[in-house]
Amino acid sequence: MDFLNAVVALSNFVLIPGIAYGSQLALGALGVTLIYGILRFSNFAHGDTMAFGTMVTILFTWWFQSMGISAGPLPTALLALPFGILATMGLLVGTDRVVFRFYRQQKAKPVVFVMVSLGVMFMMNGLVRFVIGPGDQRFEDGERFIIKARAFKEMTGLDEGLAIKTSQGITVVTAIVVVAVLFWFLNRTRTGKSMRAYSDNEDLALLSGINPERVVMITWLIVAALATIAGTLYGLDKSFKPFTYFQLLLPIFAAAIVGGLGSPLGAIAGGFVIAMSEVMITYAWKKVAGYLLPESLEPDGLVQLLSTDYKFAVSFAILIVVLLFKPTGIFKGKAV
Amino acid sequence: MTERVKHTLLFIGVALLLVLEGTTSALGVFSGSWNSSLTILNMGLISAIMALGVNLQWGFAGLFNVGIMGFTALGGLAVVLTSMPATPGAWDIGGQRILLALVLGATTIGGAILAYQKLAPGRPRMVGMIATLIAGFFIYRMVLDPGVEAVESINPALEGNIGGLGLPVLLAWPIGGILAAGVAWVIGKTALGLRSDYLAIATLGIAEIILSVLKNEDWLSRGVKNVVGLPRPVPYEVDLQNDPGFVASAASWGFDPTTASTLYVKLGYSLLFTVVLLVLLWMAQMALKSPWGRMMRAIRDNEVAANAMGKNVTRRHLQIFILGSAVCGIAGAMMTTLDSQLTPGTYNPLRFTFLIWVMVIVGGSGNNFGSVLGGLLVWFLWIKVEPLGTILIEVLTAGMDPDSALRAHLMESAAHMRLLTMGLILLLVLRFSPRGLIPEK
Amino acid sequence: MSEPFLIGDRMTGGYGKGPDILHDCTIAVNPGEIAVIVGPNGAGKSTAMKAAFGMLTLRGGSVRLAGEDITHLSPQDRVVKGMGFVPQSSNIFTSMTVEENLEMGAFIRRDDFSETMEQVYHLFPILKEKRNQAAGELSGGQRQQVAVGRALMTKPKVLMLDEPTAGVSPIVMDELFDRIIEVARTGLPILMVEQNAKQALEIADKGYVLVQGRNAFTGTGQELLTDPDVRKSFLGG
Repeated sequence: MDFLNAVVALSNFVLIPGIAYGSQLALGALGVTLIYGILRFSNFAHGDTMAFGTMVTILFTWWFQSMGISAGPLPTALLALPFGILATMGLLVGTDRVVFRFYRQQKAKPVVFVMVSLGVMFMMNGLVRFVIGPGDQRFEDGERFIIKARAFKEMTGLDEGLAIKTSQGITVVTAIVVVAVLFWFLNRTRTGKSMRAYSDNEDLALLSGINPERVVMITWLIVAALATIAGTLYGLDKSFKPFTYFQLLLPIFAAAIVGGLGSPLGAIAGGFVIAMSEVMITYAWKKVAGYLLPESLEPDGLVQLLSTDYKFAVSFAILIVVLLFKPTGIFKGKAV
Repeated sequence: MTERVKHTLLFIGVALLLVLEGTTSALGVFSGSWNSSLTILNMGLISAIMALGVNLQWGFAGLFNVGIMGFTALGGLAVVLTSMPATPGAWDIGGQRILLALVLGATTIGGAILAYQKLAPGRPRMVGMIATLIAGFFIYRMVLDPGVEAVESINPALEGNIGGLGLPVLLAWPIGGILAAGVAWVIGKTALGLRSDYLAIATLGIAEIILSVLKNEDWLSRGVKNVVGLPRPVPYEVDLQNDPGFVASAASWGFDPTTASTLYVKLGYSLLFTVVLLVLLWMAQMALKSPWGRMMRAIRDNEVAANAMGKNVTRRHLQIFILGSAVCGIAGAMMTTLDSQLTPGTYNPLRFTFLIWVMVIVGGSGNNFGSVLGGLLVWFLWIKVEPLGTILIEVLTAGMDPDSALRAHLMESAAHMRLLTMGLILLLVLRFSPRGLIPEK
Repeated sequence: MSEPFLIGDRMTGGYGKGPDILHDCTIAVNPGEIAVIVGPNGAGKSTAMKAAFGMLTLRGGSVRLAGEDITHLSPQDRVVKGMGFVPQSSNIFTSMTVEENLEMGAFIRRDDFSETMEQVYHLFPILKEKRNQAAGELSGGQRQQVAVGRALMTKPKVLMLDEPTAGVSPIVMDELFDRIIEVARTGLPILMVEQNAKQALEIADKGYVLVQGRNAFTGTGQELLTDPDVRKSFLGG
């Protein structure tokens, strides 16, 4: 019984939140890694792209709510999501036209692109704050839980409850669908293969008649969708605040690098590595240990390795370890 | 010669802006207060020093540091640790434990590195290293936690931290530089020699972590409760106002004692900062012209060739990365001294990291004078974009119903024009004048 | 003599704004022929071929394909015109499977290319065996086969190979040359730059010896092999 309780507590506080957060990071890291693979720079504006997409989704959600449109038990934001994606696609393609394309034609060094992405980040950040303000926004509605802790306890007779939030369920399902579609696209379609070819060997891709501008454009479109979905899921699960999204850059970059920059599979693995480490290291293990250990050994403290305030330190530490020992990441990314 | 005239004019232009700020409020942008003008000047000088540090890294060596905020904050911490009096009893009750724990922590990491270097590659090495780290971490926490608890329980409303060494505050400036240099060494050792993006991401991370340490380690920096009342290198206004001699001489200049005392204090800071800026600028110029500086730029322009010529590129990069970060640390200490308080909650990467980048790029990367100009000018703009934005929106919405919600929202959001404008300036300069206002020679 | 199928006629030029590397250099190839460009290191062999493919700016001379002047077309446009080019290095998509490499080779084709792919597999049976393996995992000789196969997928009218045997063992080199002869027998003109002058000239219908960016000797492969001057200067006696 104690063992089951321990498993349930572990699932409730570590596994489920970790999987949901990992899915969000994975989607974010996929965006970063695609841009890196195709455009060959680390896009510092990615966090703010996520914020922009989420903001548009929130605005549409509010509009739908005011008109009484809802998705029943599901959050209205799901209905608004396509509009958020479209707006973000417009924004990114526009940004590419106005800003990035010039440097591509100049064949600028990657570090110049990074610098330019800083400027873009500034502007997107300003734009989001300008429209929706710097504060916290909640936009979750519909049924809050798939399983409530109390219902679970009654059902199983265990002391520990297991709660699954709707947002967590939606996150995981959406992430699986999105990743499946993305991999189908990259591995099975002509356009997807041409993107991989371009990422693999730019010169040879040109020789093969692949149009780089088209590849770049499609990349931005995909990244816009990924960023908006990742941002909206994160916002539903936690809450929306522009600055938090900017800060997500660090775990997202860490995830992409851990997996190997430029490798989509790596981005997903990296997302879960980072998320799980973060949750496990900042979780207070007292409860789980209480179930598993004999009474005499029960710990007095919280058995928390690091306070949650240091969650960034976890991503960072993993990042440093990877840079020290395997700079190409788990799945052998593109460059050192 | 015309180049030099143009550059001199640019500096005169910035001076003129500051004079206008001090004398006129006619245009609605300037405030017509010398107090405000000096406040802008002082932060501008500090910004110029930070820009100088970043220019060392970027302009000389092409290193991309996005952790300026972290190094600045370390400088701030140095002020607390150097100049505050030690909290009575803190050392005996927990300070020793904390120090011991920190030493143990460092030993653990040293041990892990030793294990990695001494053992042959393979499973035993990995296990040995990880075991050392895990065991060390638990011992560290066991020693540290009671000490932290004890220190934080001392008079938590006012203290609850270990305080400092009680040394003169000016000493904190070089110490801030040393602290920043130490952290830069660790980061540089890890991320230099890999591709440029990695250094950027690593510095972004370390800045966040330094900030979380400052925000959460109350025993060290009182966290978000802030450390206030830091000692000052200049006299206090109240003392000046109570000094009959000062009041008399102020009157002879036609100032009332209150205004005169604040101006006097601010001018004092301006003077100190200018001295530091000039010294650092001189050093940076000397470095730029030295064989070392020429080699740096040669490496920046063609790393492969420099490598082939037998230059240890990574080592040179490490040197300059440490130096540049130290300059940022000094500037951070100066800033905290100016505020006479450490407020970890107010550090924000957009303001403390990316704004400095705008200064360097706008001023002219690779040129020390450009960085100084960029620091002063962009800081002035940063302050003034807000009133400008408000005016702009007032004009744009003049035709609207004054009660309309849209207008109210726009007016309210004018404050966020800053980020937009800075981003726009950065993009415009990068695109149309990538060499900046005062280009590299 | 009638106009050759592909001719780089009296080409003069260099990379970008750099100094001229080629001076009045002419190379040409006809259907069913293997033309080989040889010469000492730094003679501009690869440069001459790249010039014919439009990868450098010509300051003099012209390039004509089947009588059409293509001097001002970009390399991409020349691919569309029917030129297949296999670069010396990075000539495959290492992270993609062999079959995907071939598909990418056929990227500009909108028709059904499965027949061409069968022909390539027929020519290089080992590729069919390894069709689902990542090309980067193959051996050096197999990678070169992928590279040539990729270029063949556009059904080019002329095939250009830049040092196809660089870095492979002598046995593999012989096998590669056999394959190249087989390709030439289908009637496809092949222009090839080779470091291994002797072996290359043995299979060549036409040989160009370049020295410092100029045509030094031109003739059939056999003529050059027996020419005492050519032998003395770089066939090692």
